Amino acid sequence: MSLANPIPMPLDNAGEPELLEVSMGPHHPSTHGVFRMDVVLDGEQVVHLKPVFGYLHRNHEKLGEKMSYLGSMPFTDRLDYICSMTNNWAYAISVEKLAGIEVPERAEYLRVIMAELTRLQNHAGLIGFLLQDLGASGTPLMYAFREREKVLDLFEAISGARMMCNYMRFGGCRVDATPEWLAAVRKVIDGFPKFLAEFESLLTGNEILMARTQGVGVLPKELAISAGITGPMLRASGVNYDIRKVDGYGVYPRFDFRVPLGDHGDVYDRLMIRLLEMHESLKILDAALRNIPAGPIQDPKTKVRNFKPKPGEAYGRIEAPKGELGFYLISDGTPNPYRYRVRPPSLINLTVLEDMCLGRRLADAVAILGSVDIVLGEVDR
Amino acid sequence: MSALDINAILQAMQTAVPGAQITLLENPSPSAQHSLLLPAEHAIALAKFLRDEPTLRFDFCSNATGVDWPDTEITEKIKTKTLVDGVEKEVEETRKTLRPGYLEAVYHLFSMELKHGPLVIRMRTADRVANVSLPSMTAVWRSTDFQEREIFDLFGIVFTGHHDLRRLLMWEEFTDHPMRKDYAPPAEDDGTELPVVEVAAAEGSVAE
Repeated sequence: MSLANPIPMPLDNAGEPELLEVSMGPHHPSTHGVFRMDVVLDGEQVVHLKPVFGYLHRNHEKLGEKMSYLGSMPFTDRLDYICSMTNNWAYAISVEKLAGIEVPERAEYLRVIMAELTRLQNHAGLIGFLLQDLGASGTPLMYAFREREKVLDLFEAISGARMMCNYMRFGGCRVDATPEWLAAVRKVIDGFPKFLAEFESLLTGNEILMARTQGVGVLPKELAISAGITGPMLRASGVNYDIRKVDGYGVYPRFDFRVPLGDHGDVYDRLMIRLLEMHESLKILDAALRNIPAGPIQDPKTKVRNFKPKPGEAYGRIEAPKGELGFYLISDGTPNPYRYRVRPPSLINLTVLEDMCLGRRLADAVAILGSVDIVLGEVDR
Repeated sequence: MSALDINAILQAMQTAVPGAQITLLENPSPSAQHSLLLPAEHAIALAKFLRDEPTLRFDFCSNATGVDWPDTEITEKIKTKTLVDGVEKEVEETRKTLRPGYLEAVYHLFSMELKHGPLVIRMRTADRVANVSLPSMTAVWRSTDFQEREIFDLFGIVFTGHHDLRRLLMWEEFTDHPMRKDYAPPAEDDGTELPVVEVAAAEGSVAE
């Protein structure tokens, strides 16, 4: 695959500085999958950076058009395969908007518990991967994965699968939580602050980490808004926009939690925002476990087979761990959606990758990409 | 999320850009997300108005995507009264009309400053084959950069004014637009050589 617009390479004998073109990826450990950056370097400085996509493209949206509405639910697991629970929720919320389906209270609480557990393991994993990219081989990532493992065990216990959970349904959830399961969640979140304290003591004052991340990859507020950046990356640039607060979907308005904001919009802020968000997620989980009501997890009158929403369209979105995950659906009254569109936060957050990397060293580009938090299953769909 | 009065927005837009024919498209679904169909020639001015007007401030274009609406045959049954042998009779006639197809670009706008939305705006191309250009929104919202490339790639809408309109997900040599409704996937072995094949061939020559 060649560059579509090859960047002209000035020759050194013409008196120009010699530029080096490097194709980072699609098989490069720092790209977290099959992502490629075409980088042009002047010495070690980045002068051009073009992301190249499509290595994992399977036209998820076309598949969605061929499927029944429910048939697409397990496929959403495979978008951001780290966070299948939140993918399920975003899709369910869009279909519920399209067809006007109500969700029982207990199911809303279960969804909040699943989403916040997902956020915990996603953020812990991301920080581990970012430190790995910065050269802290092994230890931080293994610490993070040890905690992630506990969350995945919970997912496996309730849904039968660790990563491809396929847990939510239109108007509710698939399986109810037993008291034992809820007690297991309590145990995991009670142990989490200890891990966070340990992680923080390793990170916050770490001189090498600060030297590598502070002032690197600064994203100004205005650019972040215009470029449609969402999630922790937006809030690290100081924009107070969390869809859990703005839309107040599900039962989020009942929970008391804060939205951490950054001052500088650099890699360090993006890292710290995720640490602080984990603390807030623990607060939400604690309240959700205390207040989860008894009751059905799905309206028994819900029509599962031959589900055909009336013609119309709907755009639904949630605050996924990586940013705004949205689904846009058009129904023509048949059992398959006429149009099924995924709004992938990972792809859109990469819009400013070049802006953040220009003028920096190549090694910084690795840290900057790591701090964006992408998953290729979602970028390429 | 505060409820937006879409009729008031339409009025304000029409006052700001006189002569622009904006159509309100009702959405019958319970989501009630109605949309505004913008004329392509005024779309940039209208989008800038939506972004900059202090009471609207749609500074965040979240989602941009395409929709393909192929030519559809609409069958209508019309009853007409005719005189047959001096007696008035009601004759049912089937009339078929062809609604020409078009491609559509849909944008979902939100405001990060005023925390409202979504406002849905759409643009339509004249047809699906020859006149498939629409103005690019990249000058108004940077977030449409990759998304318009994706629409160009998968639907074939050509965005004029886009600074880097290349395929996003399919490879450069690919010629069709897979998200169109009439797209036919190639047969298992249609002789298409993927770029991967060339790499394998080159490696073989090295081994020799």
